[in-house]
Amino acid sequence: MIEVRGLYKSFGKVEVLHNINATFKKGKVNQVIGKSGSGKSVLAKCIVGLLPPDKGEVLYNGESFQGMSKERRKELRQEIGMLFQGSALFDSLTVLENVMFPLRMFATMTVPQMRERADFCLKRVNITGQDRKYPAELSGGMQKRVGIARAIAMQPKYLFVDEPNSGLDPQTSIVIDNLIREITGEFNTTTLVITHDMNSLMGIADEVFFIHNRQLWWQGTRESLVKSDNEELQEFIFAGSLMRQVRKALRGE
Amino acid sequence: MTLLFHIGQYFMLLGEVFSKPERRIVYWRRTVEEMELLGVKSLGIVALLSLFMGAVIAIQTKTNIDSPLIPAYVVGFTVRQSTILEFSPTIISLILAGKVGSTIAAEIGSMRVREQIDALDIMGVNSAGYLILPKIIATAVINPFLIIISMFLSILGGYLAGVLTGIISSTNYIAGVQWDFDPYIVTYALIKTVVFAVIIATVSAYQGYYTRGGTREVGISSTRAVVYSDVVILVANYLLTQLLLL
Repeated sequence: MIEVRGLYKSFGKVEVLHNINATFKKGKVNQVIGKSGSGKSVLAKCIVGLLPPDKGEVLYNGESFQGMSKERRKELRQEIGMLFQGSALFDSLTVLENVMFPLRMFATMTVPQMRERADFCLKRVNITGQDRKYPAELSGGMQKRVGIARAIAMQPKYLFVDEPNSGLDPQTSIVIDNLIREITGEFNTTTLVITHDMNSLMGIADEVFFIHNRQLWWQGTRESLVKSDNEELQEFIFAGSLMRQVRKALRGE
Repeated sequence: MTLLFHIGQYFMLLGEVFSKPERRIVYWRRTVEEMELLGVKSLGIVALLSLFMGAVIAIQTKTNIDSPLIPAYVVGFTVRQSTILEFSPTIISLILAGKVGSTIAAEIGSMRVREQIDALDIMGVNSAGYLILPKIIATAVINPFLIIISMFLSILGGYLAGVLTGIISSTNYIAGVQWDFDPYIVTYALIKTVVFAVIIATVSAYQGYYTRGGTREVGISSTRAVVYSDVVILVANYLLTQLLLL
């Protein structure tokens, strides 16, 4: 479980996040939604410690990240897996080397054991026969899947996913969403997904956190999302014509 | 103030770079790879430049001091002194700052803008140490070898140009190269080389590591890496000459 308490973040005089309080539950897909530039990615970066918050704290299973020693932070980070928007695979390493990378750095395993673990992770994301390819030789969807394989290599307790569907076609997006859903269940991770993809939201979210006007504007389950009378949330969710038709159907109009 | 900020940030980065590695064996493998990429692959350009520069020094010396009062072996002596004291350690280091420095800044800068450095940090890897330390060790170890090769080839270039064109005899050239030789100048040159290698690796890595933006900014970082490395090398050259030779 991850708790965010009274988090503020500004860049210069521009305040991006204002008094964010949220609890991201274990074994659930927690989706943070909001318009572009609303501060979703900044929130994720503050939670994983890539950006220091101006005020407030982040608790990992009750332990304050801000209060941790450098060594403890390092240990904690080995329990975090993250899939970046652009996958962030290492260009000069092959697919297999990318997945083995965290194992080489931290795991006390022999090379055959590392290889076995990497093979398992790659098979888990349905990547086979691509071991020796470089990331640039893969499609965007495959890169995302390799990114997920690398993220789960160390059996993380916390999984962060930033815009998993950006640049992907709808079918590949569903494959990636389903993988995130399944991995969260299998590994019982606290999963936090940053997205503005409504299909993903409706497909896999357990808990939804809507960032608007620098604040956590609304939070609730996927089911309560449609029923909510929060005007800004409704405007955001049902901005697309397809989603408006879904709403009509749901309301029996 | 901006300069002070960058100097402070540079030394803080070095603090991170020299902190304890997560896995020594991984760092060692990376160091060997960097030795090949940054050192061995620079051998061609170093060899070519050294041969021709030695040849030009020999011809220039002979042309400009062609006097019966000056002994012929001065050509060999001048090639040796200018090569060992300045040309090989300083000029070749400036050239390497262009080749190696831009490579380092571009590589690390690209990793920064593609979030690969963030990925390392989130995994718990000391990204500064993992990316920069092997490059510092590699350049500091391999550059002295490159410079020794450069010294040898430059003197050989002077010999070939002088003897093959008939402006100096082989005996006179070799006598000049051997005349009044103080081995300390080689030590001085190698000390400079190691310092310049560390400057090239760290200044360029600093520029790459703090790149913000996209591909255009990676290009700007690369250019800055070369310019700033060159400036720092020239200042360091002056200070080291004062310290070691006077």
